[in-house]
Amino acid sequence: MGKRSNWAIPYLIFLILFVALPLLLIVVYALQDGNGGFTFDNITRFFTDSDALSTFAVSIEVAIENTLICLLLGYPAAYILANKNLNKSAVTAILFILPMWINALMRTLATAELFNVMGFTLGKGTLLMGMAYDYLPFMIYPIYNVLLKMDHSYEEAAADLGATPVQVFRKVTLPLSMPGISSGILMVFMPTVSTFAISEFLTNNKIKLFGTIIQENINSSMWNYGAALSLIMLVIIGLTTLVLGGEDSEVEGGTV
Amino acid sequence: MSGKENVIIDIEHLSKSFGDKQVLKDISLYIRKGEFVTLLGPSGCGKTTLLRMIAGFLQPDEGTIMMEWESRGGQREFRDVAGIPPHLRPLNTVFQRYALFPHLDVYDNIAFGLKLKGVPKDEIDARIRKVLKLVSMSDYEDRDVDSLSGGQQQRVAIARAIVNRPKVLLLDEPLAALDLKMRQDMQIELKEMHQKLGITFIYVTHDQSEALTLSDTIVVMNEGKIQQIGTPTDIYNEPVNSFVADFIGESNILNGTMVKDRLVNFIGHDFECVDEGFGENVPVDVVIRPEDVYIGYTLEGSQFTGTVKSCTFKGVHYEMYVDTDSGNELQIQDYDAFEPGKQVQMLIHPDDIQVMRKERIENVIDCEIIDENHVKMLGEVFECAPITSGSTGPARAHISFAKVDLMDHEDDGDTSGEVWFILYKGDHYHLTVKTVSGEYVYVDTDDIWDKGDLVGIKILPEDITVEMNDGQEK
Repeated sequence: MGKRSNWAIPYLIFLILFVALPLLLIVVYALQDGNGGFTFDNITRFFTDSDALSTFAVSIEVAIENTLICLLLGYPAAYILANKNLNKSAVTAILFILPMWINALMRTLATAELFNVMGFTLGKGTLLMGMAYDYLPFMIYPIYNVLLKMDHSYEEAAADLGATPVQVFRKVTLPLSMPGISSGILMVFMPTVSTFAISEFLTNNKIKLFGTIIQENINSSMWNYGAALSLIMLVIIGLTTLVLGGEDSEVEGGTV
Repeated sequence: MSGKENVIIDIEHLSKSFGDKQVLKDISLYIRKGEFVTLLGPSGCGKTTLLRMIAGFLQPDEGTIMMEWESRGGQREFRDVAGIPPHLRPLNTVFQRYALFPHLDVYDNIAFGLKLKGVPKDEIDARIRKVLKLVSMSDYEDRDVDSLSGGQQQRVAIARAIVNRPKVLLLDEPLAALDLKMRQDMQIELKEMHQKLGITFIYVTHDQSEALTLSDTIVVMNEGKIQQIGTPTDIYNEPVNSFVADFIGESNILNGTMVKDRLVNFIGHDFECVDEGFGENVPVDVVIRPEDVYIGYTLEGSQFTGTVKSCTFKGVHYEMYVDTDSGNELQIQDYDAFEPGKQVQMLIHPDDIQVMRKERIENVIDCEIIDENHVKMLGEVFECAPITSGSTGPARAHISFAKVDLMDHEDDGDTSGEVWFILYKGDHYHLTVKTVSGEYVYVDTDDIWDKGDLVGIKILPEDITVEMNDGQEK
């Protein structure tokens, strides 16, 4: 064994303790009944639990809506920030990223308070506004990065071949920024599906998300069902990653 | 003008600055239909800027670009293209780093322009097949562009441009990224393509041999200005100034004196030549190509002698450096080798001597008189020879080339600058130094400097002669 591979040992221990073991525990708990016997009941229970199913649907819907809002707001912002003609200073870019430096919980609490003061009724509207505010930087940053590094000769070549500015954007800039868009979608969609704190604060628990149910189950010591729900969420996130991480051209059509 | 027949692009008085830096100064040039024109010059000479302006990626500060234009009715007219965006101009570009779209395969890259124009699918197929055959890339339609070699990407880039049948094809150093062998092969292919297609090529390169091989017309550029326009033969045989002579091919550039018509003196001897009309006893630059010096241990009609200093085999010929009896160094090429240390005899035929008027015989620098002993020039105050007239204001300072001293350390001089251009004159170097104030100072020196060296510039007071501007407004 080479010496160099020894350097990996601390990371390996870390991975086993904090990633593999917890994952294994989730699987074990999810497949156990209250007395420690093996069962699929927890999983099948979810598919018959209309309450959980509808929350799940709402979660996915909110996540898709939030991702869409972030994409629609974030792409133009990233485009403007990365364009040297429109934005001459790096400070503006930092200002957009700045909210990421503040703890999400603090931001959410402050947002909720702001909505209260402004007299907004807490509900789906405030939930989406708050979420978009929370996750927008995660959409802007990867797209901004890709656009900033993009070789402008591609755009010039397209214009040279007769493409109008709109066609240049549609046929060259947009497809070439797909890697940024996919990682932006991943970074917004995944945490939105699993969040519970934001919906709790911003809707006064009026809207329950999938994360909320898991939290409630675990809080009320229903470890096995909670673990099963976590497992289901994990599978969904895994599938999203697979789809988005695959060929870029596939992203164009479906996922959003 | 009778010379302006068949013109497809006419450029007049074009200037462009980026910030404080003027990259193009008053460029005028016309290009004929079907011509292979090369813009040739060292990096930073403005050739790419000029090409990008023709393509429409940059707008000129001053001057006009006129282009032949086919209106909707099929009528031809000449049109000022100012403000017309690149996608509407009747030309296509082959970019320096190819700029092939990485998200499209070879077929879709080439079809890009045709699809935008709404050309029917089967015609696109046919034209792509034809153009791929032309660049010898048949059967590569479905390949990913990333999987192609540099030379293959180059071919696809050319195919993508010419498939649109542009009136003019712009090529921005298209071969710069290829290795030598590939470059030579592509040169031949480009030349053939140009003949077959009959479209106008505007080609940018810094490689003089490439320019000589390919072009019908070469435009030599330096410092944002056109130095010479001519056929490769004209430019090689009759360079108009020492920059062109030095940049195109190998050459001996020597100081000389035009004694009278058809007689020039250099390296300590009088030579018959074919030039007339310079006047008598006028200082000139003389260019001798290394292959034009005849050399032998004994040579009939020999004009001067020398000692061989070095001899290197260059494949077909030998390259020798010979110290002449007058102490000048000459570069000579011959099919025979001559042993270092041996005495040789040499002669030069009258029509192989190219005589050029000197651009300048001394430094003339705009200055401002401060008092009778001081002038302000090159952004600094210099002590100078006493000025008798007693007046102040704008004037001109004359300083001979040999009286400008260069120092190793920038701080040691009165001002400082960067060695910009070096010319070996057989027994000394003629340097162009760009000062921190952005002006040029010309220096004769025996010391060896490198291009890009930062130097201090020192001029003794008695060597600065100030001349009044004679009340002229300037």
